[in-house]
Amino acid sequence: MDIDWSNVFEWTTLLKCFVTSGLICVIGQILIDKTKLTPAKILVIFVTTGAILGGLGIYQYLVDFAGSGATVPLTGFGYNLAKGAIEGVQQYGLVGAFTGGVKAAAGGIAAAVFFGYLAALISKPKMKKQ
Amino acid sequence: MDPLESKETYKQYVDKKSPNSPILKNCFNAFWVGGLICSIGQIIFNICKERGFDTQMSGTIVSIILIGIVAFLTGLNLFNKIGKFAGAGSLIPITGFANSIVSPAMEYKSEGHVMGIGGKMFTVAGPVLVFGISTSIVVGILYLIFNAQSITLV
Repeated sequence: MDIDWSNVFEWTTLLKCFVTSGLICVIGQILIDKTKLTPAKILVIFVTTGAILGGLGIYQYLVDFAGSGATVPLTGFGYNLAKGAIEGVQQYGLVGAFTGGVKAAAGGIAAAVFFGYLAALISKPKMKKQ
Repeated sequence: MDPLESKETYKQYVDKKSPNSPILKNCFNAFWVGGLICSIGQIIFNICKERGFDTQMSGTIVSIILIGIVAFLTGLNLFNKIGKFAGAGSLIPITGFANSIVSPAMEYKSEGHVMGIGGKMFTVAGPVLVFGISTSIVVGILYLIFNAQSITLV
């Protein structure tokens, strides 16, 4: 199968993606530097915000604009969960609210668990520097 | 040096001695590293699209590949160097999620496979999943309630 590499490296798409995701990360960096929030709380804030914005249909505009620039940050993970839940409801009703979200994010969650376990297996235990 | 008497003077002393984190430099690093990680994601996404996968599947493939790479970089103790340099640039993309699963798993490896690796894996990722999934279920139920018109606000 031939791949059109000019489509793969289309620079306007990449630029939009780069700038959007960069700005999302800057928001995170400001939260780290200016507040006492732990990284775990920041991750939770980003995922929840993404899910809420996704549920309101606002995040979809950002995804249409920036592609992976909006879906790869953790807000995109939340957006994906919310979008999946909505699609699940459209398809199956109430039970879809429970199955849809995780189904949409299943690949990422399963990969994280599986590769996480493998990586922990191959890693050498190392004393943490105090 | 005078002994530090109250909590207040101690706090002033610490503030004076601890280096100011250079926020502009941190933001700049976060910007370009985060942008770069997501641009790599976009390139993988475009390749998947060219190969004929749909948007949903391409997005999943991007997540799996990025998570896989970062898991092994963390396992090799390389990713924490990037993390130190980039701050939120590596924390906020899905790479931070993968890193947050692998680092505690590595750290508690000595406590055994089940409660060590298996249990501690989710110290940071657990809350993310709890609140992410709960919010998505609430969104789904709200959508169901307001189904007559779409919940979309804008």
